[in-house]
Amino acid sequence: MSDKLINATNLKKSFNQFIAVDNIDLSVSRGEVVGFLGPNGAGKSTTMKMLTGFLEPDNGEIFINNINLKSDPLKAKEYIGYLPEGAPSYSDMIVADFLSFIGKMRGLNDNSLSNRLEEMANQINLKEMWNRPIETLSKGFKRRVGIAQALIHDPDILILDEPTDGLDPNQKHEMRNLIKRISTNKAIVISTHILEEVEAVCSRAVIISNGKLLANDTPKNLENKFLNKNTLSIKVSNKINNIFSKEIKSLLKYDDVKIQKTDISTHTLLVSDSKKNPNLNTVLKQISKLKLDVIEANFQKVSLEEIFRTITSENNSK
Amino acid sequence: MDNYLNKTYIILDRELKGYFRTPLASIFLLVFLALSSGMTFFLGRFFERDQADLTAFFSWHPWLFLVLMPAIGMRLWAEERRSGTIELLITLPVTNTQLVVGKFLASWIFTLIALILTMPIWITVNYLGEPDNHVILISYFGSWLMAGAFLALTSCLSALTKNQVIAFIISSISGFVLIMAGFNLVLSAVRSWSPNWITETISSMSFLSHFSRIQMGVFDLSTLVFFVSMIILCLWINVQLVQVKKAD
Repeated sequence: MSDKLINATNLKKSFNQFIAVDNIDLSVSRGEVVGFLGPNGAGKSTTMKMLTGFLEPDNGEIFINNINLKSDPLKAKEYIGYLPEGAPSYSDMIVADFLSFIGKMRGLNDNSLSNRLEEMANQINLKEMWNRPIETLSKGFKRRVGIAQALIHDPDILILDEPTDGLDPNQKHEMRNLIKRISTNKAIVISTHILEEVEAVCSRAVIISNGKLLANDTPKNLENKFLNKNTLSIKVSNKINNIFSKEIKSLLKYDDVKIQKTDISTHTLLVSDSKKNPNLNTVLKQISKLKLDVIEANFQKVSLEEIFRTITSENNSK
Repeated sequence: MDNYLNKTYIILDRELKGYFRTPLASIFLLVFLALSSGMTFFLGRFFERDQADLTAFFSWHPWLFLVLMPAIGMRLWAEERRSGTIELLITLPVTNTQLVVGKFLASWIFTLIALILTMPIWITVNYLGEPDNHVILISYFGSWLMAGAFLALTSCLSALTKNQVIAFIISSISGFVLIMAGFNLVLSAVRSWSPNWITETISSMSFLSHFSRIQMGVFDLSTLVFFVSMIILCLWINVQLVQVKKAD
């Protein structure tokens, strides 16, 4: 028995000649929030559709809470809450009726259904819209209704396809807080284009492009892996004019020294060398001779966004 | 089994209430009642015939259903596919068969409501004379059964497309073919080049020939088997189409 709530191996899916998902392995344990990242058409939604049982993979196996999705789909689907892309719902129904319909289909009895409906109204802030037809709701509220239907049976596994797409910054913030709140006892997979979302809520980032899994690690590890150790960045609180700039460059014995004005009172020195990585201690000692006041010194940080671009563009060029 | 039926019922309940959530139900019922009465009294010459029966009423049903059943059934799957809610449905712990049967039964029950609302005509004919109520009851049942076959056909074809208008058109055309299969004009054209058994088969597929027998009060097993197997076949194909076309 595996403690993985989702365990998918060698997933492959083609549409005619187009390979949408190509041998992807993915496992998610309880308490994990996995961010699914990738450009449009990378295969994120197709993978999610396979994990929820909407699409059957051409190859590979999916176990949901140790239940084979192919051989016992009805049992496996009971553990999953799913928000499809665009949060579709029956727009002519009122919120209460729609959630009640999904709850009943999920097998909740009258008692637990009314409890869960009340919890959803409070937890997802749907009270004021409770008796309104879904078609009259704003995009933000429609998305909340979508989340509520995915959560109505308190599933162990949540699969959310672009849960914050189209929301305003406040709504996005709310949605992320909600995901964080409920993530402790669930396995959650969210797909997104927004990298800050992954940094904010995900314990693991999975990068996918052209149907292939390119990276699968914590956002922190990915940053460390892609840390640019060739460029040393030193921020100083001094004004640096042209003459002073030349003096610094001649003192530091490295191939490339750039000095950029950060703001009115600070400058940043970018030190790199084609032959060897610059040594932080040596550089600091050298610039202390020039009485520069160092505020910050580190190897240049690479954002998750740059990592994403690097990885996916490398894959595309192949 | 209880759970299986329960979920089919939940689908049925949502669909049936869905008809009444929009003006669709009232418009449909109004049009159905207006057309069925209009055809009975004006085209069917109900009073001029001077006979205490409902032949003038029932004989128009195949033609009425040819347009109205696709209007009821066109949204069943086309709308789910267009709005993306099919993804919600398929990922719920239910089988495609439960979904297809639940939706079909909802539309069939809605048609039953429409037929029940025409009962004042039955009362009228009883007030005016002494009709054979046994024949009328059989005709009502036969009409509902035929409506079921039209609806199953529409439900099946609506799974082919995301567009309700296209679903309506292809369902009406297919229904027209199934009605016309019983016409002498069609049969004689086929008879001229094909063996007898083909003509017989085509004739036996006709909604019209089966329904005309029912109107005369003859409800034999072959008619029951024809309509029921037509419904089951269409729903079976419907289940397969949902499976194949869901992600298109």
